[in-house]
Amino acid sequence: MSSEPTPLGAPARPASPGDLFWAFNRLALQGFGGVLAIAQRELVERLAWLSNEEFLELLAVAQVLPGPNVVNLSLMIGDRFFGSRGAFAALAGMFTMPCVIVLSLASISGHLLANVHMAGALRGMGAVAAGLILSTGIKLLGSLRRSAIGMPVALSLATLAFALIAIARWPLIWVVLGLGAVSISWTGWRLSVLAKEARS
Amino acid sequence: MSAAQLLDLFLHFLALSLLAIGGAITTAPEMHRYLVTQQHWLSDTEFTSSVALAQAAPGPNILFVAVLGWNVAGALGAFAAIAGIMLPSTTLVMLATRWAREHKQTLGVRAFTAGMAPLTLGLLIATGWLLAAPYVALPEHRLSTLALIAATLALTLRTRIGLVWIVLGGGVLGALGWV
Repeated sequence: MSSEPTPLGAPARPASPGDLFWAFNRLALQGFGGVLAIAQRELVERLAWLSNEEFLELLAVAQVLPGPNVVNLSLMIGDRFFGSRGAFAALAGMFTMPCVIVLSLASISGHLLANVHMAGALRGMGAVAAGLILSTGIKLLGSLRRSAIGMPVALSLATLAFALIAIARWPLIWVVLGLGAVSISWTGWRLSVLAKEARS
Repeated sequence: MSAAQLLDLFLHFLALSLLAIGGAITTAPEMHRYLVTQQHWLSDTEFTSSVALAQAAPGPNILFVAVLGWNVAGALGAFAAIAGIMLPSTTLVMLATRWAREHKQTLGVRAFTAGMAPLTLGLLIATGWLLAAPYVALPEHRLSTLALIAATLALTLRTRIGLVWIVLGGGVLGALGWV
């Protein structure tokens, strides 16, 4: 497994589908209460297979497709490096060990969760999981700086999306179709203006 | 469980797969209706603790679907449920990601990925917010939960400590009754 930090200008990449398997296995096994925060830490910060911008772009697509975004992300990253074999290796890495663990737990006891210490531990882990997602969001905010629509507009759109989902409790589909359409059209217009300026 | 029932379970989850935009958990109410209310294969408590167990265990949260299937019909049930929920969305993701890569330089694809990025961030922070909300809503846990979240933010943004240690630390504090 390649875990050495790479010099700038030489983007790191997995050497084989096996590398992908172990990387996704490693990040899935750390993902108590969710894998996304760990995926950013491992794939961007530790392995440097992706930049923060690339991670955010892939996540944007993974988010709007059906299925869990971390699973979609593993397929997209695997496919990007080694085609179908890579996608399958990443997916298998993400699922195999966690599946064995969670089904073993399920078969040991369904009453484990009724225990008061267990309930407390789950609450503590749940609060940390919430904090990890918030922290990933904060880390990725910086990548809006290179947005074609400019940082202030991009931040306003992010804030609006947050408010619609967390405060107004709109279903995701309406936020994507409504605000997403506005944001995509605006970005498309800005990109075509920038392309014209670059030509002239 | 009969083969026909297993097939029914598989087909039902197959149909739910493409509706799971924003994660499989968005289809949990429909799974509850099917498994608990309609088929009586699981009790209400079994359903809730299956979801909680998968969320606490390491790995993608979608594994709650495997746990539901396991509690319905053992290993075959787990396989039928997880294969059903995964096959259609996985196929679509592979087709979409290849199409997008071939058309990477077109204005449409660039506008889509760059235009969705701010929304994705808003959604990410909203997810963290909504995950914290149920704990913060309980007056006896409010301050300790907020302190734990603040500590998590400080540790992740300022240090390189492994995330798994922070989660386990939170678990220990919770088990001791401090959160």
